[in-house]
Amino acid sequence: MILNHRMRRLAIPIAVLAVGLLLAPTSSVGAPMSSWDAKACGRIGGTLVFAQAQEAVTLDAHDAVDGFSVNNTSNVFDTLVRFKVDSTAVEPSLAESWTVSPDGLVWTFKLRSGVRFHDGTPFNAEAVKFNYDRQVDAKNPYHTGTFEYAEFTFQNVKSVEAVDPMTVRFTLSARFAPFLTNMAMFSTGIASPTAIQKYGKDFFKNPVGTGPFKFVEWVEKDHATYEANRDYWAGRPCLDRLIIRGIPDNTVRLLEMERGTVQMMDQVNPPDYDRIRNNKDLVLFTGPGLNTGYIAMNTQNPPFNDRRVRQAVSHAVNKAALVQAFYGGVGQPAKNPMPPTIWGYADGVQDYAYDTSAAKKLLAEAGFPNGLDTELWWPNRARPYLTQPQKIAEALQQQLAQAGIRAKLVTYEWGTYLQKTRSAEHPMAILGWIGDNGDPDNFLYVLLDKDNAQLGKASNVAFYKSDSVHRLLIEAQQVSDQAARTKLYTQAQELIHRDAPWVPLVHAARVGAYRNQVENFLLHPLQIWWLHRVWIK
Amino acid sequence: MGWYVGRRLIEILPVFFGVILIVFAISHLTPGDPVLIALGEHATPAAVDKLRAQLQLNDPLPVQFVKYLGRVLRGDLGRSIQNSEQVTVLLAKRFPATIELTLGAMLIASVIGVLTGVVAATRQNSWFDGMSMFVALFGFSMPIFWLGIMLILLFAWYLGWFPISGRLDYTLELSRVTNLYLLDALISGNWQALGNALRHLVLPAVTLSSVPLAIIARMTRSSLLEVLRQDYVRTARAKGLAEQRVVSRHALKNAFIPVVTVIGLNVGSLLGGAILTETIFAWPGVGRLVVDSIFARDYPIVQGAVLVIAILFVLINLLVDLSYAYLDPRIRYG
Repeated sequence: MILNHRMRRLAIPIAVLAVGLLLAPTSSVGAPMSSWDAKACGRIGGTLVFAQAQEAVTLDAHDAVDGFSVNNTSNVFDTLVRFKVDSTAVEPSLAESWTVSPDGLVWTFKLRSGVRFHDGTPFNAEAVKFNYDRQVDAKNPYHTGTFEYAEFTFQNVKSVEAVDPMTVRFTLSARFAPFLTNMAMFSTGIASPTAIQKYGKDFFKNPVGTGPFKFVEWVEKDHATYEANRDYWAGRPCLDRLIIRGIPDNTVRLLEMERGTVQMMDQVNPPDYDRIRNNKDLVLFTGPGLNTGYIAMNTQNPPFNDRRVRQAVSHAVNKAALVQAFYGGVGQPAKNPMPPTIWGYADGVQDYAYDTSAAKKLLAEAGFPNGLDTELWWPNRARPYLTQPQKIAEALQQQLAQAGIRAKLVTYEWGTYLQKTRSAEHPMAILGWIGDNGDPDNFLYVLLDKDNAQLGKASNVAFYKSDSVHRLLIEAQQVSDQAARTKLYTQAQELIHRDAPWVPLVHAARVGAYRNQVENFLLHPLQIWWLHRVWIK
Repeated sequence: MGWYVGRRLIEILPVFFGVILIVFAISHLTPGDPVLIALGEHATPAAVDKLRAQLQLNDPLPVQFVKYLGRVLRGDLGRSIQNSEQVTVLLAKRFPATIELTLGAMLIASVIGVLTGVVAATRQNSWFDGMSMFVALFGFSMPIFWLGIMLILLFAWYLGWFPISGRLDYTLELSRVTNLYLLDALISGNWQALGNALRHLVLPAVTLSSVPLAIIARMTRSSLLEVLRQDYVRTARAKGLAEQRVVSRHALKNAFIPVVTVIGLNVGSLLGGAILTETIFAWPGVGRLVVDSIFARDYPIVQGAVLVIAILFVLINLLVDLSYAYLDPRIRYG
């Protein structure tokens, strides 16, 4: 399973829908009214400037891995199906409807007719196949990038064929419930084959899709300009122009918005939340996030091979204080490895109470009556789930010390950090995960199954190797009934809670800010800034 | 002179070879696998192998180095790992931003620094001398980050005299030929863009000039004081020349040699990228490019950028050396 740390968002539990489809003999989904079109534009026209913490790296949706690039490509490219406006369920987009064979292996998409790419060429089944081939076939002449996500989004896809101009068929090698969700992920955006052929290696700076905005200009590391696609199949966007700027300094980005030279911004500093709330011209948007920040304890080596020591650490951490101090109070203390926004969340789990005496008692039982000396590793890079890494690490160090766990803080530059934690060189390490496939499998199997605890390649950096958890997780991958899966995942979370390979710390909120002249904006749960329904007063 | 310049230029070649070798070695021996960083925490072994082959990281290091050297000699610095942009194209876009910023900052630093230094030296121990040297010390010690934000707050956010960040308003059209926006605006006679680009340049240039300005002012002052104590200056004064003429015609040129050295060194190091200033002002320069690329282990960009920086540095040193001959006729190259 390939998932990228830089972006790893997307695809969510549409499993509900997908599973339902798998069960039906041959089911079909029609084209209900799009969730995105519920509110009309209050005004047509105007320019919106969105400032994000970094500029795009690439404008080629297939090759994008970072959220900053994806915020650009997602406004230019459409996918076969798309996420609903405020959830991770999917609805029709370039595909008007689809059917799935009784064995769950053949997915047939009926495409929307009359759709044209921004270069005027028609969208059809051949284009879908071309896009697929380009990403997965390393020998394809237009396989010009690394296409890191293709292996994830097209996993289990055996072949794609254009049945007729408006029908495309995906054949899978195995039942795979999240397939449809993956077809809504940003990296499966359908690009103009003509443009890909024309620009070759330079397509990444000349993107041509069918989406609501047409590419105009990209001044790298400065801004990208888009204009309304007036012929957009779902109705033209409210804005005339969209500018996406990169302003790396958080304070400067906010000052620009206060001056009105920028209308929206991402990645607000938690200490600035009140400054925004107290400014009548500005609005702070917050909502639950799809992420988890955690401490992984290396369960293979002493002292953390002893469950009691891990439970002691769990008792020693005051999560509520962390959320208050470093997440502006808008995050959520975590008790499970995955956030409650995902189905299958085990809400019955009772979190380890913040209780230093309980921690000391457990340590004494484990043979550490005088506490113990260890290391707490922290990544020197701010992430959504880890807003202020150093300060959070220092706070944790103090909390642990009160329970007699004397942790030395250790950090490495990000790349080195990943490599060393994957190789189990850490006693305790702070890490996190942003879900890109709201399936519980995307959190639990990837991060805590023994399959993923191979030295040097581990995504399970606690090196937690529980056979009973493994059995549950594998079974949950194979059954398609969601109620049954929920039960399995609940059991797995209970076992994980008991064994405490992690201290789940926090589910950080998704946060954005905008000027109050901006209307109809909703930051999607996947934290992608889709802006075609936004209008300016 | 011509012979000297030629010899110096030939001497640059081994320097370049050394730079390429060192950069190549450092970037490949740094811990942190570029493939892993590109693919993230959860890359599958198959994807890792594929990307590694694609980037030709499977060859032994010496083979990779020889191949790289061959491409560099043909003017091919490779393509970015992240988005397959040609490194030469990338550098051609990003260096001009840094050059513009550096020259702006050095212009401010040199003019104000030299003037301050001269006045302070000729009025040694006056209130101006004390005050200006204190301000210079302050400018030297202030964190760039703090200074930049303060200047933005006061002059851009509060007074609104200058834009807060960026290089040019996105509303303005400008045909980007050289990517030196001031020059591009001049060439195309686009006065609106010229004014806009200039206004964008002021605050970052002032911020960036604070440290070299302080050094130049102090260096000018001490160097000039030394020269003013020399016999030939006393002679000049004795023959009845006005003090202003003594300073400007006789003393200043001699006092300039260390100052020019300092200016040259500063230009060189600023061209390496003023990372903090570029970050605060969202200035799309080469400093940020290098740092971002180091974090992303985008070797081709890091190598290409450092190579170009080294070339510029060496050339500027050559210019500084040549200027000595002009400033002090006793210095002869040949």
